Amino acid sequence: MKIRLPLILVLVTGIVGALPFIIPHGIAQSFDNEFRNSILRIIAAFSLVLGVGSIVRHHTYKIKWKRENWQYSWILLISLVITSIIGLFGGIEGTGALPTSVRGFSFDIQTIFVYMAIPLGATMFAMLSFFMASAAYRAFRARNFEATLLLIAAFIMMLGSVPLSSYIFPRLPGFAEWILTVPNTAAKRGMGFGIALGSLATSLKIILGIERGWLGGTK
Amino acid sequence: MQITKQKINIKYLVVFMLLLNCCLVYGLEPPTKVVAKDAPNDAGGNIDIFWQLSVSDPTLEGYHILRRSEPEPEPVAVGFIGRGRNSFTDEGTTDGVKYSYQVIAVQESEEAASEWSNLVSSKPQWFHTGRINVIVFTFIFTFLIVFYINRAKRGANLFVRKIAGLLAVDEAIGRATEMGKPILYVPGLTGISDVATIAAMNILGEVAKKVATCDSQLIVPNTDPIVFTVAQEVVKEAYTQAGRPDAYKSDSVYFVTDSQFAYAAAVDGIMTRERPATNFFMGYFYAEALILAETGASTGAVQIAGTDSVMQLPFFIVACDYTLMGEELYAASAYLSREPLLLGGLIGQDWGKVVIVAVLILTSVIGLLTNLQVLKLF
Repeated sequence: MKIRLPLILVLVTGIVGALPFIIPHGIAQSFDNEFRNSILRIIAAFSLVLGVGSIVRHHTYKIKWKRENWQYSWILLISLVITSIIGLFGGIEGTGALPTSVRGFSFDIQTIFVYMAIPLGATMFAMLSFFMASAAYRAFRARNFEATLLLIAAFIMMLGSVPLSSYIFPRLPGFAEWILTVPNTAAKRGMGFGIALGSLATSLKIILGIERGWLGGTK
Repeated sequence: MQITKQKINIKYLVVFMLLLNCCLVYGLEPPTKVVAKDAPNDAGGNIDIFWQLSVSDPTLEGYHILRRSEPEPEPVAVGFIGRGRNSFTDEGTTDGVKYSYQVIAVQESEEAASEWSNLVSSKPQWFHTGRINVIVFTFIFTFLIVFYINRAKRGANLFVRKIAGLLAVDEAIGRATEMGKPILYVPGLTGISDVATIAAMNILGEVAKKVATCDSQLIVPNTDPIVFTVAQEVVKEAYTQAGRPDAYKSDSVYFVTDSQFAYAAAVDGIMTRERPATNFFMGYFYAEALILAETGASTGAVQIAGTDSVMQLPFFIVACDYTLMGEELYAASAYLSREPLLLGGLIGQDWGKVVIVAVLILTSVIGLLTNLQVLKLF
């Protein structure tokens, strides 16, 4: 039953999920919307509790067994508790029961998100430019035939994208555009077919219970 | 050639002048043949209106569409559409109520109204006729997969080409075991409803079995709480199947955060602190792909990536030792487990691609032949 029940659930939900694609009737569409928007959200909300439980347990163990850099786990747990209290009792913009402003200094959940979470995320994103430079250096080493082709294509693309190129070779921007729109698009579409068919086949195998890796590979 | 072009231009000019003359002499002409039909393949509440353009169309501002119904005989304006257009969809009808439509040509202060159309009511449909082609192809594809699965069941020898990235899995896990360092498995950033994540879970099962057999350590940080619960079960089950349930540590699979770059920072931190010998990046990735792969490369880990995100593939190809591209990610589970049923599905999938390529070539040839200028000579 431990195996059969999930398989039956997957079979039923798989078929029910696919049917609205061919049934435009309101009943089918509203059921599908309800299923995707309400039921899945409830499941996600429950799983978030499990997620928070997991992170608390992970860092509690780290502190308990004094693993490497265990001190940072304290910062995480304290931040988690403080943010949760502010979020639960202070309201989104400080309209809750808990006061979230001292002499004009606000620390409501919206302020924390806008002035801490977003800039920290942006900082990580900004690092991407440095990683791109190092990745480009690695990519442009002509180690074999494919890498050489990549190097040449990238060189043409880069040169073709700057205004100077049209003064050097008037046809270069057009050629760079052709590389982007013809061979590049052809390769992307080819991969797109493979991905679409692969998705379909994987979904089919899961719905029919042939692929059970997600159950831990139980036969 | 020049003379012929000039003749054509004069001909158009004469027609245009005549039209303009008609409009000036006889006034504004209304649109004709107004027909209303229930909009097909919808959930109801829509009626399509078609008409023949007014003779004065080039000089018009557009068309007002009026509606009247049995319960409301007074005409109500339901929309306006620019000149040159001969159809409109009324998206605010009540199913079962009969409506009639009038199209009014508008030119500055002048108006010319058509006859009222036929009475029609909207209703929802139970079958989308525009998607028959998808259904037909899905049936063909399903048939191919089931056929090859049955062949595999009967013991047919099925050939699957070698995939370098998957051949390297054993070697990469063995290396980590020898070095006494952990193996990091990142299952992408999308939810469990994404096929790439499901494929990542399938591969995780196989990787976890090998890790359990080698008595190595596995780290699986997750960004989605549902994926985390599934990953935990998959790893636990894999350890049990490998005969090492005691070696499973629940702490090895954990949830980090659902924030994209906070997750990237956390995984980068794991890579620089724990120094895993092998990194697996399987699933769907966004901008963090390169941040993760480059950090991993800087720690000297063997990196195997697999994604169906075409945008992120070049980054993985550059920064990782092996990359599973697109559908190879979905095939990985079958390849690693060597289960005949899964391999059969893989062959069926390839035949599906053969059908698509054949259709593409055939339709391209037909398209080329029917548009060849030389054929117009005959």
